[in-house]
Amino acid sequence: MLSFIIRRMIIVVPMVLLVVTITWVLIRLAPGNFYTGERRLPAAIEKNIREKYGLDKPWYVQYGKMMGNTLRGDFGDSLQYRGQSVNQILLRTLPVSATLGLLAYLSALIVGVSAGMLAAMKQNTTLDHASMALAILGISLPNFVLGPVLVLLFSLTLYWLPPARWGGFLSWNLVLPVVTLSVAYMAYIARLTRAGMLEVLRADYIRTARAKGLPERQVIFRHASRGGLLPVVSYTGPALAFLITGTVVIERIFALPGLGNYFINANLNRDEPLIIGIVAFMSITILIFNLLVDIAYAYIDPRIRY
Amino acid sequence: MKDEPSPIQTNEVGLDKLKPALTSLGTPPEPPVRARRGNTIHTTSELAIGEGDVYSNEAEIEAVAGKSLWRDAWRRLRRNRLAVFGMVFLLVIACASLVGPLIIKATTGYTHDYIPSEASLIKSFPPFTDTDGSFSWKHPMGTDTTGRDILARVLFGGRVSLTVGIISTIVSLIIGVSYGATAGYLDGRTDDVMMRIVDVLYAIPYMMVVIVLLAMFSGQTPHGRLLLLFLALGAVSWLTMARIVRGQVLSLKNQEFILAARATGVSPTKIIFRHLVPNALSPVIVYATLTVPQVMLQEAFLSFLGFGVQAPLTSWGSLAFEGIQNMAIFPWQLIFPSVTMALTLLSLNFLGDGLRDALDPQMRRG
Repeated sequence: MLSFIIRRMIIVVPMVLLVVTITWVLIRLAPGNFYTGERRLPAAIEKNIREKYGLDKPWYVQYGKMMGNTLRGDFGDSLQYRGQSVNQILLRTLPVSATLGLLAYLSALIVGVSAGMLAAMKQNTTLDHASMALAILGISLPNFVLGPVLVLLFSLTLYWLPPARWGGFLSWNLVLPVVTLSVAYMAYIARLTRAGMLEVLRADYIRTARAKGLPERQVIFRHASRGGLLPVVSYTGPALAFLITGTVVIERIFALPGLGNYFINANLNRDEPLIIGIVAFMSITILIFNLLVDIAYAYIDPRIRY
Repeated sequence: MKDEPSPIQTNEVGLDKLKPALTSLGTPPEPPVRARRGNTIHTTSELAIGEGDVYSNEAEIEAVAGKSLWRDAWRRLRRNRLAVFGMVFLLVIACASLVGPLIIKATTGYTHDYIPSEASLIKSFPPFTDTDGSFSWKHPMGTDTTGRDILARVLFGGRVSLTVGIISTIVSLIIGVSYGATAGYLDGRTDDVMMRIVDVLYAIPYMMVVIVLLAMFSGQTPHGRLLLLFLALGAVSWLTMARIVRGQVLSLKNQEFILAARATGVSPTKIIFRHLVPNALSPVIVYATLTVPQVMLQEAFLSFLGFGVQAPLTSWGSLAFEGIQNMAIFPWQLIFPSVTMALTLLSLNFLGDGLRDALDPQMRRG
């Protein structure tokens, strides 16, 4: 187990460098750069700028410098936000995105698992059909449509909740973004839970547990849920990747100062250090979470050995 | 698919006829080790085993008539009301997107990017409303802020959205199936390396790379960007497909028909694509059907952020984005494109679920 964790930790570094390289190549292959704007700069000024940012050096020197920066975890200064380093921006925006993502995932987990388990226990009843119909609706409804509709309903018509902006952690401002973000995962998790539970409930060891005369509650929660929830655990990895892209849209709709919003702005402005910083940071997060998921998997299912 | 009886199949039917539907104990007889039906020699009728109805009386009669896996699945699919709804809706929306814009152009003269030249027409009319506020069939979905007909735009956007969904899925199919089948067929070490690469790629935050790609190449023509979108979305959604195909191939490659093919000197490429892939087809079809809505959602998401389809082209995602700007005053600009899109995605999901239940009865819910 320990050697597995160490091996996986070691692979994180080349993976992040790979992603960063792809990103860098894409940025450099594209025509133009941060300074090609509406107005052409005088040749002398352009030369100075190129020298200042090292753009006059050959590509491999620039690439090496960028890789060195990434390895040291120092991405330099943002081009667009003058005087702020990429790391400062990351530190400032991360709590916003993390709060949003974690709250959304937690609510999706709680609602999704309970709905899926209920549906599996009461299979083929109205409750089952209704919750699964809702779930497939939740999967099909794009969150950028759901979000504005919720705003229209709860903020602009009923005046119950604030429509947008960041109001600090655990403020009412977070309700609509979290709900909007979590609906799709709720639906996915509910479907996964239901399918997993249904499969497990037919297994022999469940029949044994019932035959022993255990109360149904204990059969469901102690015996069945352990195997039935495995698909949900393994979905956590991909869910995280989707959550990150999800937060991009949600932060855009609700004007939240999170990583995603800055990422979009950085792309629109070709702010190379910021793009690379955010991409590298996101990759590290995803890789580490995937590792955590694999470890959790081994704890839940003793049949899995690494 | 094709149903003409093949020599192999007639043999099988002959075998089947000898078997009683029920043994003396009242239980279905043991299934034959490998029953194959249909003239695609190696259809995965293995999947149908375990379905009681294959050995029921009714099936016995149908088997004589040459019932293939595909016909069997089609029969099950038709019984699934949601899947039928999905199919019908998809057919309607596909036909409407294809011919609708032409009909609108012929009757009212509006196209998806026609802006009326009269100043009085350049404003957003509610659905079914004429310039003087009276009822009219001219704009069943109303017009947008520059007076463009929303129905024409939704139908044209449907063309783009559906095309993106289908083409990107085909791209991912081509990559995923060849990669997965090759990995599964080749020896253990190559397979290990190839699948480890897939594991590694899984951990990349794709959409971020796609956003960077589309943002950096924003100077392209609208059609150039569309092509970029096809490739980018296709290139990021093949991983799961590769895993599925590999799993299928692994379970198929040690069977006798592959041994026979190898013994008769068929080349590995031909074994993979002529013998293995057709047998792994049903999970691939199911997964492809479920990939289309995913890709369409991603396209909409990119268009919403301003990195996807650009004017004069339009898609449901960019229409929804335009609609959101004015949703409090002109809600129909948001409602019609997003409802059309949600219904299409819903239909695709229904159809995908239905196909899975029909093609793989063991996975069937309940």
